[in-house]
Amino acid sequence: MAFASSPDQLAPSVTSAKIVVAGGFGVGKTTLVSTVSEIPPVNTEAWMTQASKTVDPMRGTDAKTTTTVAMDFGRLTLSRNLILYLFGTPGQPRFWPMWDDLCRGASAAVVLVDTRRLDVSFPAVNYFENDSDVPFVVAVNLFDGLQTHPLDQVRDALGVAGSVPLVTVDARDRRSSVHVLLASLNNTLEKTSPVVIH
Amino acid sequence: MTANPWVRPYVLTGGRTRTKHHLYVHTLVSLERYDPSASSRLSPEAQRLYERCAAGTQSVAELSAHCAVSLGVTRVLLEDLAAAELVQINDDAYSSPYDHRLLKRVIDGLREFA
Repeated sequence: MAFASSPDQLAPSVTSAKIVVAGGFGVGKTTLVSTVSEIPPVNTEAWMTQASKTVDPMRGTDAKTTTTVAMDFGRLTLSRNLILYLFGTPGQPRFWPMWDDLCRGASAAVVLVDTRRLDVSFPAVNYFENDSDVPFVVAVNLFDGLQTHPLDQVRDALGVAGSVPLVTVDARDRRSSVHVLLASLNNTLEKTSPVVIH
Repeated sequence: MTANPWVRPYVLTGGRTRTKHHLYVHTLVSLERYDPSASSRLSPEAQRLYERCAAGTQSVAELSAHCAVSLGVTRVLLEDLAAAELVQINDDAYSSPYDHRLLKRVIDGLREFA
């Protein structure tokens, strides 16, 4: 597929699709995006920081902006005329207005959780349950390759409806990560009706 | 390549903050034929975006990140470049991101990696 990842080899009518990867800080969003992406994931912290600097130098809070990652994205060329983009959501509250922007036009969302720190992903679950129409799945990231809690316990603890698929993932593993993306897209297929263009 | 911290974003966009078409972060922008003389007449930010477009079809987010131009400014400037017919903003082939034909294409493509 080497030919397909070179941008200048793309067909003129290229289509893009987007999947959003959400979850709290440190749950493996960046890892999942970089595992799947064909380009080094673009860490947009510099971009966000630069943008906010232009508006407001934010003196005294610089230390904060260097400790956490704002948002990452990666891309995967699926064919000569189809590119999939993955966008990680920024974790810090001051970037939350970005979530609506990132989710607009997304085909699916994955909320990553770490069973040792479920609470950091509560806001992401809440967002997709209440504030977004994008169908989502919850993926438990198995950090040590071990599942420490049965999935139904995780579901209870997170308080997500039974209609939301709950899967496991090893975000360091490409096939495993791709399977989660497939699960999220299949979930959207089930939750939405086919769009008929007249 | 870094943005000038002393220039306010609205100066770069001539006071505009919205675009006519909604450009998603993943909307693709392409360039058919690079025009060096047109490039030389652009503002530094628009020029960076235009030059970057010449590297191949890429998304609004990629252009913004690589050119160190904030997302909002990037959207306005790309629309200007498109209005001047210097770049092409790829129309969404499907009216909805949930269009099952699109979803199935993405699923089929991803299966190659699974």
